[in-house]
Amino acid sequence: MRGQRTASVRTWLLHESPATRAQARLGQAYRVTRALARNPLAMVGLVIVVGLVVVAAAAPWLAPYSPIAGDLANRLAPPSGAHWLGTDELGRDILSRIIHGARITLLIVVLVAAISAPLGLLVGTVSGYFGGAVDRVLMGLTDVFLSMPRLILALAFVAALGPGIENAVIAIAITAWPVYARIARAETLTFRRADFIAAIRMQGASHTRIVFRHVLPLCLSSTIVRATLDMAGIILTAAGLGFLGLGAQPPLPEWGAMISRGRAFILDQWWVATMPGFAIVIVSLGFCLLGDGLRDVLDPRRGTKT
Amino acid sequence: MAQAEIGAEQRASRIPRASAAALLRRGRSLAWIALTLALTLLGLMAVTFVVGRVVPIDPVIAVVGERASQAVYDAARIEMGLDDPVVVQFARYVMDVLRGDLGMSVTTQRPVMEDLARVFPATLEMATLGILIGVTLGVPMGVVAAARQGTLVDQVIRVLGLAGYAIPAFWIGLVGLVVFYASLGWVGGPGRIDFFLDGMVEPVTGLLLVDSLLAGDMESFGSAFSHIVLPATILGFFSLAYISRMTRSFMLEQLGQEYIVTARAKGAPERVVVWRHAFKPIRVQLVTVVGLSYAALLEGSVMIETVFSWPGIGNYLTNALLNADMNAVLGATLLIGVVFIAINKLSDLLYLIIDPRARS
Repeated sequence: MRGQRTASVRTWLLHESPATRAQARLGQAYRVTRALARNPLAMVGLVIVVGLVVVAAAAPWLAPYSPIAGDLANRLAPPSGAHWLGTDELGRDILSRIIHGARITLLIVVLVAAISAPLGLLVGTVSGYFGGAVDRVLMGLTDVFLSMPRLILALAFVAALGPGIENAVIAIAITAWPVYARIARAETLTFRRADFIAAIRMQGASHTRIVFRHVLPLCLSSTIVRATLDMAGIILTAAGLGFLGLGAQPPLPEWGAMISRGRAFILDQWWVATMPGFAIVIVSLGFCLLGDGLRDVLDPRRGTKT
Repeated sequence: MAQAEIGAEQRASRIPRASAAALLRRGRSLAWIALTLALTLLGLMAVTFVVGRVVPIDPVIAVVGERASQAVYDAARIEMGLDDPVVVQFARYVMDVLRGDLGMSVTTQRPVMEDLARVFPATLEMATLGILIGVTLGVPMGVVAAARQGTLVDQVIRVLGLAGYAIPAFWIGLVGLVVFYASLGWVGGPGRIDFFLDGMVEPVTGLLLVDSLLAGDMESFGSAFSHIVLPATILGFFSLAYISRMTRSFMLEQLGQEYIVTARAKGAPERVVVWRHAFKPIRVQLVTVVGLSYAALLEGSVMIETVFSWPGIGNYLTNALLNADMNAVLGATLLIGVVFIAINKLSDLLYLIIDPRARS
């Protein structure tokens, strides 16, 4: 009885000619999920990314201690039953700080993606859709940004704007958008002369409507793949800024800043600097694996990551 | 049939042809590269100029002091040219940069240009050693991974490659120092050379390894080598990750071609198929990859240098950042940017020269 119902749901989802948009979209989502589930490495990545979100959301309940308040009697304690990953120079529990740090990492990654991906998407689709002089100017600008060193540029921007999470996000986003513009433009070029675009235009749709309702959505999947693959780089850059003292400021438990603080004790109390690094590696790896898997599913044409 | 055509084309292109049309085409692509190079450099200067202008600190106050009267302030402002239109100020900035004038560093009290000339060789030395490690290991690894796609070797190389995207350079540098310097004592610690040997070698090229060899000072060479080996290996690991990944995907593309089937069918041994047939055509693409990777290393050395107290441009930049020494920050940014862009364009140019298809 129950098996029959799931079977019929599956047929409905995988129907060749969906009756409604909702059915088509759900069906597409179902296909992607199923293909993704067949790739073990991608599933590992998914678990890590979902884990990051859960940890960030439930940080106050998961963390055994406060991330800010220290216990000076217990400073620089090695990993033990009470403090699984040890304590830092102010006696703060490192595990609790890493758990709360997940919020900062997630915040930075989401904000950078939310600024740079739409910006790049807009520049790329407009450039590809209109072509001609618009294309040349926008792509010239994109190429100028693309051929500059990203980390150094971000450093210079933060130096000018002043340290802090918001400025780090702005600086990283400024250097991250050109990649999305390039991809969206290439994608747009493949269908700008397609019949369905001509049909919409003849129905009297404005350029704005065509770009936003018809061109942009088609570039979304490649942008999502790229954004997922970029997440690792964003995390590393943000951690690097934190390490140099230009990102999140103390006492915020940002992972890069934590490594920087632990540097002074690296020889005798190795866990202070080492533990947050593992968090960075695991989360970055998770985004890499998920991005790789998504690319294989959504875009089977391309081989390995370029 | 298409395959035969391409083969004929490749053979034909080895014979130098000086037809007017071909020369014109080549000249045009050269001119295009030069034009985009100039525009990109101008864009870079525009960025550093804008960054320099949005600094919240008022440069006039930095000169005349907080208590100066309005009249003195205005006079200084006009004298510094801050009253001029932005375009004029930018033009003046570009002229200054072209003359090699990057202003004075507040921290070192010397012209930024002089400072950069002093610290750049240290970075160059480390990045060059890094790219050598990356290429000599990364290319064979990528080829092997592609030739044995799906095997354990392939998986291990892929994971190594992924690690290059997920590990923070400054963290692995710290861990490396703890393990190989503090615990095992295999390598030298932070810095370029043991402090008691510092300044013993006459700087000729600025590259310590080369200079100590030139002077025949083996003790200095050994010390310099023990100091550079760890940071250069870490840099090399990151370029290895990228190069092996790219090599693998280029090789897979070639190995899927029909001419490989032909080569196998006529009985060529696998070694010959992989290295002589499949590897040859991807060398051109690899030049671009290595170029990009080298440029990325110069950039990536910023973090590594901070960890290893390496007296290069990255360390200079981060020190300037922490002291809000804006002239030094912008100068270092500009230099790294120029080198980065120059290497990028150079690999475009090399591509044009060595790829027979782009040539004919």
